Amino acid sequence: MTALSGSRLTPRESSRRIALFVQPTLRMLNNNNELTATTTPLVKIRGLTFHRGGRLIFDNVDIDIPCGAITGIMGPSGCGKTTLLRLIGGQLKPAAGTVEFDGMVINRLRRPQLFEVRKRMGMLFQSGALLTDMNLFDNIAFPLREHTALPESMIHDLVIMKLEAVGLRGARYLMPSELSGGMARRAALARAIALDPEMIMYDEPFTGQDPISMGMLIRLIKRTNDALGLTSIMVSHDVAETASIADYIYVLSDGKVVGQGTPDEIRDSDSEWVRQFMDAKPDGPVPFHYPAPPYDDELLTERDGS
Amino acid sequence: MIGGFVEFLRFLGRFGLGFFERLGRAHLFLLSLLVCLPAVVRRWRLVVLQIYSVGFLSLIIIVVSGLFVGMVLGLQGYNTLVDFGAEESLGVLVALSLVRELGPVVSALLFAGRAGSALTAEIGLMKATEQLSAMEMMAVDPFKRVIGPRFMAGFISMPLLAAMFSAVGVMGGYFVGVGLLGVDDGAFWSQMQSAVELREDILNGVIKSIVFGIAVTWIAVFEGYDTVPTSEGISRATTRTVVNSSLAILGLDFILTALMFN
Amino acid sequence: MLQTKTIEIIVGIFVLLGLAALLMLSMKVSNLSTLGDTDGYRIEAEFLNIGGLKTRSPVKMAGVVIGRVADIYIDSDTYNAVVVMNISNDYKNIPQDTSASILTAGLLGSNISAWGRAVRKPSLMKVIEIMITSDAVVLEQIIGQFMYNQAASDDEEW
Repeated sequence: MTALSGSRLTPRESSRRIALFVQPTLRMLNNNNELTATTTPLVKIRGLTFHRGGRLIFDNVDIDIPCGAITGIMGPSGCGKTTLLRLIGGQLKPAAGTVEFDGMVINRLRRPQLFEVRKRMGMLFQSGALLTDMNLFDNIAFPLREHTALPESMIHDLVIMKLEAVGLRGARYLMPSELSGGMARRAALARAIALDPEMIMYDEPFTGQDPISMGMLIRLIKRTNDALGLTSIMVSHDVAETASIADYIYVLSDGKVVGQGTPDEIRDSDSEWVRQFMDAKPDGPVPFHYPAPPYDDELLTERDGS
Repeated sequence: MIGGFVEFLRFLGRFGLGFFERLGRAHLFLLSLLVCLPAVVRRWRLVVLQIYSVGFLSLIIIVVSGLFVGMVLGLQGYNTLVDFGAEESLGVLVALSLVRELGPVVSALLFAGRAGSALTAEIGLMKATEQLSAMEMMAVDPFKRVIGPRFMAGFISMPLLAAMFSAVGVMGGYFVGVGLLGVDDGAFWSQMQSAVELREDILNGVIKSIVFGIAVTWIAVFEGYDTVPTSEGISRATTRTVVNSSLAILGLDFILTALMFN
Repeated sequence: MLQTKTIEIIVGIFVLLGLAALLMLSMKVSNLSTLGDTDGYRIEAEFLNIGGLKTRSPVKMAGVVIGRVADIYIDSDTYNAVVVMNISNDYKNIPQDTSASILTAGLLGSNISAWGRAVRKPSLMKVIEIMITSDAVVLEQIIGQFMYNQAASDDEEW
C-alpha cells in the first residue's frame, strides 16, 4: 500500500483507504497471519560514511533491509544505531554514500518530497515522544488529522481500532504524563501505524522495560509486522529479545558491519566482535577500559610529577 | 605570559566566531519561518490558541504594571511640574511618556520576561523530548505546526498589549493627578489632546511595539529551537531569551526613537 | 485545558480589548477629535516675531478658541513671519480691523489672541490680512525692558 502524492487525501480516496485500514487491523486483532518475506530490499544503504563531533560513526557501510521482514540492528552503545535510523529517515545527511528507500535516494530529496516519503514510514522513539499538550486520543489522531481530510467520526473509529490493537482503548483520554513507560511506547506504536506505513523503525524498543511490558511489546511488534505486511527495522542491544523475532540481524561495531545473517547464523558466528556481543563478555574487541595512561604510573606519580 | 595572552586571543576568536555563527543561524531560522507564514495563516486556529497562551495570559501583568507606571508618572510628574506652575500639563507629560516610550518598551520587557521565557522553555522541552523530531518523522513540519503559530501570536499580541498598557497608564495618571492631587480635569484632557498627535505619537508607538513584538518572539522561539536538549541547556536558553530580548528592545528603541522623533 | 471554543471566545475578547485601548488612545488622548474642523476659511497675519508659536496652536477671540494655526512661513518680500490661521466657519464675521497678538499660555504653548472692535457691518472677505499685529512676547526682551526702565527710574532719582 503506497501513500498518494499530494499532502491531503480526497474524501473518496480516504474512504477507499478506510477499507484497507480496517482489514489489516482486524486481522491483527484476530492474530496469526503469516506473510512471507520477499527478497527485494526496501532500503538499500551503500557506502554510507558519517561523522559526528570529530568521530567517524559509519565507515563505508552497506546494509540491505529486506521487504516485509523484521531486521534487527544490534551493537554496543554508541555505535550509531539511532543515527542510522535518522539517516534512513532523512533527518541527517551522510558525508558520503547513498540511502535508498523504494528506489528513491533519501539524502538527495528536497524537503517537500522528503515529507511525502516520510508518510510511508513510521518511527517509534525510545521515549515514545508523544506530544505532551494533547491526550492519547488526539496524539493518535494527529497524523490522521494533519494528512487526511477524513471526517471526525471516521477518525474516531480509526483511532479506537488502533488503540484496541495495542490494548489501550480504555486509556484514550489520559495525558501522556499519566502513562507508564510501557503504555507510552504502545501508544506511540499505535500512532506510528495510524497512517498505515510501509515501514516502521523501532529505536531501542526494549530498553528499560519490565518483563511483562517486554513480552507485550515483542508480541505487538511481531503481530504488527505480519498482519500489516510491514517492513520493520529494530535497533536494539537486547540480544535475546531481538533474536527471538528478527528475521535478519546486522551487528555493527566501530562504524562497520561486523556480522550479518539470520539469528541462527549470528549465534553460531565465530567473529570475535559478534561473539563478545552475543555472549555478553565484558572485555574483548570492545575494550573494558576507556583509553588512559598506564595504571601503575598514575598511582605512583606524585603531584609535582616525580 | 605570552602563552596566556595567546590563549586569551584564541578565546576571543572562538567567542567571536561562535557569536557570528549563532547570528547567522538565527537569521536563516527567521528566513525559514517567514517562508512558512502563508501556511500558518491558513491554520489560524493554532494561532488563536497561541494568542490565548501568549497574549491573554500576559494581560494581568501588563495591566497592573501599566496602572502603577501611570500612577507613578502622575505623582512624579506633578512634583516636578508644580515648581514651574505647569501642573496643568500633567496630562501631556503622562500621555506622551506612555504613548511614545514607556508603553511599547515596558510592555515589551514584561512580555519578554513572561511570555518569551515560556515560549523558549516550551519549545526547548519539545526538542529535548524528541517531540519535534517525531513530528518531522510524521511528515508534519514543526515550523508550520509549532513554531510559526507561536511567532504570529507574539507579534499580533504585542501591539495590543502595549496599547492596553498605555491606556491603563493614562487612566492611572488621571486617577492620581486629577483625583488625588487636584489637577484640573478639563486642563488634563484638553492639553493632552492638543499635544498628542495621532500620526506622530500614537502610530509611532504602535510601530515600535510591532517591531519589539517581532524581535522578542523571534529571539524566544529561536533560543528554544536551538537549545542543547538537556535541562541545563533549556535553563540557559531561557535566561538568554530574557537577556537578549531586553537588550534588543532597548537598542531598537533608541534607533526607532532617533528615526521617528528627531 | 479549556475547551477550544472557550479559548477562541477569550482570544476574541482579548483582541477587542486591545483595539478598544488603541481607539481610546486615539480618541481621548490624541488630537483626533479636533482634526475634524479642517473646513473653515483662512486668515493670514504678518508678525515680526512669532516666538514659540507652532502649527496647531489655538487661535482665540475674547478667550474663545475660534480656529487653529495651519501654517507658518516667511514672506519672501518683507522677510516677516506669516501665520496662516484656519478659522472655523462659525465665526465668519470677524471685523476687519481686528488685531492679533501672540501670547504664551503656560510653559508649553503659545497661542494667538485677537481683539477686535464690534462693528455692525461684518466684512465678508475670505482671506483677510490682519495688518495690526503685536509680536510675541519674548521673555528676554521684557526682562531687558524692565531692567532698562528700572535703571532709568533709578537715574531719575539721582
